[in-house]
Amino acid sequence: MKYSNFMEVTFKALSINEGFARVCVASFCVQLNPSVDEITDIKTAVSEAVTNCVVHAYPTMAKGDITLRCELEDDVISITVTDKGVGIKDIEKAREPFYTSKPSEERSGMGFTVMESFMDSVDVISNSFGTTVKMTKKIVNAMSEVGC
Amino acid sequence: MQIKSRISNNTLYVLICGELDEHSANYTKMTLDELFLKPNFQKIVIDLSELSFMDSTGIGVLIGRYKKMKDKNIPIYICNPSSHAEKIFKMTGLYEIMPKIV
Repeated sequence: MKYSNFMEVTFKALSINEGFARVCVASFCVQLNPSVDEITDIKTAVSEAVTNCVVHAYPTMAKGDITLRCELEDDVISITVTDKGVGIKDIEKAREPFYTSKPSEERSGMGFTVMESFMDSVDVISNSFGTTVKMTKKIVNAMSEVGC
Repeated sequence: MQIKSRISNNTLYVLICGELDEHSANYTKMTLDELFLKPNFQKIVIDLSELSFMDSTGIGVLIGRYKKMKDKNIPIYICNPSSHAEKIFKMTGLYEIMPKIV
């Protein structure tokens, strides 16, 4: 491994922080010189993961935290989005295209499908103490500046 | 998020500007529903040329509007999507219910 770097940020599970999370990850990933398409794919996948936390993790009024961690190892970006919410009861079902646990709210149920399409891998770990979504993507023409 | 509209030749043109995500979804739904109550149009064209970001929340918003307008027999068309929005539309089959027009 020639190059590694990471950042981590924790924020409240509010929808207004979705844009913040997208910009945060995009700004951090710029050091690998990704294409505009790659950055947009990453921003969208992060937006989907954070939206899931905002909408599903904390069903009561007291909104908890979301931790967004981004690690770079050579030309691979790994992103984890973690909440301490109620967890996903059936992960397999949740990952099915068009499945939504809230059909009355006009939700597309395509969040995980979008993450899977735009990233190279998506793993979900969930229990009654929270959920972590880990996604990776290789940047095709990465040009990392080896840190000082 | 800003939404502009005009009616011309029996068509309601809607321009969605900004980022469409969970945070802006409710405003977008409410604004579009209000605009869609206007009289004197027989079809709707949603122009996405000024949409700078959209995730799958946007698909939910659009499908919801389609369902409401379907009952009134008013078709909705999409124009000027970014290549990124287009990827999501193709992935979800949105163009089957809201065709893309040039």
